[in-house]
Amino acid sequence: MVAMSKIATGNGHGENSPYFDGWKAYETNPFHPTDRPDGVIQMGLAENQLCFNFIKKWVVKHPEASLCSAQGVNKFKETALFQDYHGMPEFRQSVAKFMGKVRGDRVKFDPDRIVMSGGATGAHEMVAFCLADPGEAFLVPTPYYPGFDRDLRWRTGVELVPVVCESSNDFKITTNALETAYEKAKEANLRVKGLLITNPSNPLGTILDRETLKGIIEFINEKNIHLIGDEIYAATVFMEPEFVSISEILEEVECNRDLIHIVYSLSKDMGFPGFRVGIVYSYNDAVVSCARKMSSFGLVSTQTQHLIASMLSDDDFVDNFIMESKERLFRRHKYFTWSLSQVGIGSLKSNAGLFIWMDLRKLLKEKTFEAEMDLWQVIINEVKLNVSPGSSFHCNEPGWFRVCFANMDDQTMEVALLRIRTFMLEHNKAMVPRKLCSRSSLKLSFSRRQDDFMSQSIMSPHSPLPQSPLVQART
Amino acid sequence: MTQTLYSRTRSPEIEKEIAGGGGGAAMRVIVPLQGVVQGRGGLVLGSIIPCALFYFLQFYLKRNRKDTDDQNNSNSSGQNPNPRSSSYGKLSELPGLTRSLSRGLPSPRSLRGPVFVSGRVRGIVKDSDSPYYVGLRRAKEDPYDELSNPNGVIQLGLAENKLSLDLVKHWLADNAEQAILRNGKELSISQIVPYQPFDGSMEFKVAVAGFMSQVMEKAVSFNPSQVVLTAGATPAIEILSFCLADAGNAFLVPTPYYPGFDRDIKWRTGVEIIHVPCRSTDNFNLSIAALDQAFDQAKKRGLKVRGIVISNPSNPVGNLISRGTLYSLLDFAREKNIHIISNELLAGSTHGNEEFVSMAELLDPDDSDRKRVHIVYGLSKDLSLPGFWVGVIYSYNEEVLAAAKRLARFSSISAPTQCLLVSMLSDAKFVQTLITINRERLQSMYAQFVAGLKKLGVECIKSSGGFYCWADMSGLIRSYNKKGELELWDKLLNIAKVNVTPGSSCHCIEPGWFRFCVTTLTEKDIPVVMDRIQKVSETSKLNR
Repeated sequence: MVAMSKIATGNGHGENSPYFDGWKAYETNPFHPTDRPDGVIQMGLAENQLCFNFIKKWVVKHPEASLCSAQGVNKFKETALFQDYHGMPEFRQSVAKFMGKVRGDRVKFDPDRIVMSGGATGAHEMVAFCLADPGEAFLVPTPYYPGFDRDLRWRTGVELVPVVCESSNDFKITTNALETAYEKAKEANLRVKGLLITNPSNPLGTILDRETLKGIIEFINEKNIHLIGDEIYAATVFMEPEFVSISEILEEVECNRDLIHIVYSLSKDMGFPGFRVGIVYSYNDAVVSCARKMSSFGLVSTQTQHLIASMLSDDDFVDNFIMESKERLFRRHKYFTWSLSQVGIGSLKSNAGLFIWMDLRKLLKEKTFEAEMDLWQVIINEVKLNVSPGSSFHCNEPGWFRVCFANMDDQTMEVALLRIRTFMLEHNKAMVPRKLCSRSSLKLSFSRRQDDFMSQSIMSPHSPLPQSPLVQART
Repeated sequence: MTQTLYSRTRSPEIEKEIAGGGGGAAMRVIVPLQGVVQGRGGLVLGSIIPCALFYFLQFYLKRNRKDTDDQNNSNSSGQNPNPRSSSYGKLSELPGLTRSLSRGLPSPRSLRGPVFVSGRVRGIVKDSDSPYYVGLRRAKEDPYDELSNPNGVIQLGLAENKLSLDLVKHWLADNAEQAILRNGKELSISQIVPYQPFDGSMEFKVAVAGFMSQVMEKAVSFNPSQVVLTAGATPAIEILSFCLADAGNAFLVPTPYYPGFDRDIKWRTGVEIIHVPCRSTDNFNLSIAALDQAFDQAKKRGLKVRGIVISNPSNPVGNLISRGTLYSLLDFAREKNIHIISNELLAGSTHGNEEFVSMAELLDPDDSDRKRVHIVYGLSKDLSLPGFWVGVIYSYNEEVLAAAKRLARFSSISAPTQCLLVSMLSDAKFVQTLITINRERLQSMYAQFVAGLKKLGVECIKSSGGFYCWADMSGLIRSYNKKGELELWDKLLNIAKVNVTPGSSCHCIEPGWFRFCVTTLTEKDIPVVMDRIQKVSETSKLNR
């Protein structure tokens, strides 16, 4: 029979990782509040659904932005024909402005350095194609997003060398760890071309402080390797400390800017994954030029460019959106982590992202990855939650799990929490929560739990007492 | 064509374009040598000889280097006043001269060591200077407009279909609300915002499969579950190349072919293209004998051929492949056990009397040869929507479909666009009107263009499809070779101010052929174009 390529028949797609097994379990039996109340709840997808209605209001209020409206159709002709891979100027300008706003306007971004790609997925692959040849390597701090194994390696032939970070210091990236990884690569005869950091981190939900960032910049300059900063969660920082972007550090320390590249996207910050808007922002002219030509393989539809240009040029909307999004993320995160702590489940202290890095080490029968897999099977099959095991993120220590909290509405969240509580009580692994002790029934009403939470006067740094109802997002 | 690393005469934008490529040629020499310097060649070979070479090279180049630092346009962000990147190929920045960071130099950028990027970045310089891209840039910078810029460059090098766009616009104006709203007033934002299947929504696949069938006059029906949607035909071709061949393998491609194939098939995949020359004596039709010969030559070169890529209707010539030839192609592919990629992007843009036959029509349901056939389609030509980036891979091979689906994640179509087009493509009546009127207008424009060129003594190949006239201007070139052809091209671009695509960009084996796109114009532009060409053709005839 006629043969196919190695890329097509190999495992480079990475779908055999446990990260995706859970998804398969979810897809065969997805939770629905009425149709499938016993289905698996998806907590493995980092999607930001909390601000749907906010965006919907804007789109309805601005039909001219959509092209397919009586008001917008005048723009149709030029939009439909525009096939320049530079992208529409107004699109690039509005994205550059948005990126600046997300960083508190402490830095300005040049629209001419903005290159489109097919989502952040496409952006990562494109950067790898531009910076490294097959057989060369990037350093990546662990734990890291499992998709990197596919996006950076599959078609590019590039290798990934882990920079091991430890839970003992909250998984911080140390110069020591970087040096160790670099040496390891050298021993394996791998030429290191760059370092990829995700800031805010996926899966940790933490941000890198100034000192760490400066140390990283020093390291890459010394080794003359590239720095790729994946900042797709930049606007999801919902609490102090404030986010510091690589672009800001560049203004403060000496650095060869040709080594610096930022990957961005609107999928997380704005909750638009369906729009497939990925951005490569490079300070290196050669890379911008090459990436632009490569962007032909994943250009953003001009209809979408037009819509986004309109939306992101609306300063009031953008300012309100950024604030509102942080507010909603803050509350959801706070409520979720508090509820977990009530049943003795801790998580890494985090202030960003759409997930938490949950600590279930004490639930493991033994400190092995097999035990982690066993526990994970239980969570998927018995508790019916799709969470992502730490091993799929290449975490060096078993027992950690990434749990997404921003991709569901309040009711689904409550169901998930109830299942977790039930599981913990049944397995008797945590100390009995004080409040539950005094109740005869474990059936807690949803509103009651919310009241308990609200009464603790937990305040967001961005607004006074929480007054607006929590958002109804899509299941 | 000579490549210059630095040029004062290029406009800033073109400078930007070739920014990284400027150092490409130099990097191609330096980088391998660096490997030797790094000790891989032993002490003498590895250190002394290369070092000596470097110093001599540096000395030579320092003498000849123009002072371009103050010419640099600053691409960087507003707060960065530094000159452009050192990866630009500043040849003085050779590895042995890296300065340390601690010196606190005022303009650190230009004084760092060289930055190592990938081979793909270095290779980009070739493309930037090819006439195809130079012409497109010039037309973009100085576009013709009847009223506001009557002396601008007329774009006949980009296959945009402006002929029937008004129909699409009217449809939108009439059906706007319905297009994005569903079920009355409820905005279906929840359908367009979250993650979608990476290879397109089933709804959209159904609509596209139906459209393809209509375009091909219902001669074949397409199964939506065999459709993988991609952000344009460009990634569709690349994805298929990644799926069907390994780096170092080859595809047979009849010439002349669409210049973009060099990028789509070869660039990131590492797959080679073996040219299968077609000649004017055959009306540029594909001959199986030529295919056979090319296959054998590839074998002798040690290249494993994995497939054939045909375009039907072809670009740039515009001919349709006959049913008989298609059958012969299938036989050939079966005999050699290779794939066939049939690029049918222009299937709906036929204007002659010949019948368009899709590869899909030849395949019986129980034909095992189906597994080697893969069709590429898209909406940029037939539906005049290039900016929306909608491409299609249609395959009968489940393994290829599975792999392509996974690869589509790097090139997915924006959900709002899918949503909008579902409505449009499902309107069968509109689609039929569009296809019919598009064909009529295309036929008219084509006929007028060919007649206009004929008056100037330029004959075109008889073709029945596509947006182009494939014109024989060999009578106007000074020397019957690529150089002569490019001189004429240059005159056409810079004197006549008409951007056309020279045959050499399409790897045509005979010099003097040019591709003119007829769909970017209105009827009243045609005399303007002919006048301009006439000026050049007269001077060319005088100079011969």
